[in-house]
Amino acid sequence: MTQVTLRQEGKTLTALLSGEIDHHGAARLREEIDGRVAAASPAILVLDFSAVTFMDSAGIGLILGRHKLVSAMGGVVVVQKAPKDIRRTLSVAGIESKE
Amino acid sequence: MKAVNTMRLVFPSRSVNEGFARSAVAAFAAQADPAMDELADLKTAVSEAVTNCIVHAYADRIGTVTLYAALYEEGTLRVTVTDKGCGMPDVAKAMEPLYTTGGPERAGLGFAVMTSFTDSLKVRSAPGRGTSVVMEKRLGRR
Ligand SMILES: Nc1ncnc2c1ncn2[C@@H]1O[C@H](COP(=O)(O)OP(=O)(O)OP(=O)(O)O)[C@@H](O)[C@H]1O
Ligand SMILES: [Mg+2]
Repeated sequence: MTQVTLRQEGKTLTALLSGEIDHHGAARLREEIDGRVAAASPAILVLDFSAVTFMDSAGIGLILGRHKLVSAMGGVVVVQKAPKDIRRTLSVAGIESKE
Repeated sequence: MKAVNTMRLVFPSRSVNEGFARSAVAAFAAQADPAMDELADLKTAVSEAVTNCIVHAYADRIGTVTLYAALYEEGTLRVTVTDKGCGMPDVAKAMEPLYTTGGPERAGLGFAVMTSFTDSLKVRSAPGRGTSVVMEKRLGRR
């Protein structure tokens, strides 16, 4: 199951993503994250990929779309803890994952 | 070249079938004893091709997606994903990284992912007739 758990500490909003991120699952993730971003206006949105088991270009679109949204509000997006397979897909877009 | 095994999947262009299609191909590929990263790359490439049928080829209707897989003696897997949807007027342009007709939530990197995760990629398309994507990947080369 594709899921996201959102956690807020001060001005940092962390989205713990899990499961398979494809076009089918991405819409719900997007709605849940954007709802919280609109309410919280985070300075930092952390997208944590540690529990993601599959991702294709829909995941790249999810990251780029959130980047557009958050940076328009003056914040930044951080991608972290992506497993090796996910990092290979991210690298096609030139996106780096923090440890 | 003679295929040692083949399979065909025919399914409607519903997004829930994106996961089904890539898992089915991975299960079929298992007989070639692939490495874990080969399998991950294959699943990602298949997911891209199938998603494009669902998102672009049949943008406003449900159509039929056909997936054919053939495994050859030396461990090469060829996967063909075919739709009878809208087609593309300019395949070379559509395959350029970042090119998309899909709006702000699409990265336009599906073909770039397919290219980097397979050993060969061929795309044929005719506007109004549909599209066929053929990709090959060598498996089990540890
Ligand atoms: N099966 C298809 N039928 C019709 N048009 C297609 C098909 N596959 C791709 N296209 C066209 O090629 C473009 C590029 O496809 P590509 O997969 O690279 O990016 P995308 O699907 O737009 O975005 P992403 O895959 O990153 O979510 C699409 O925007 C679409 O215009
Ligand atoms: Mg695509």
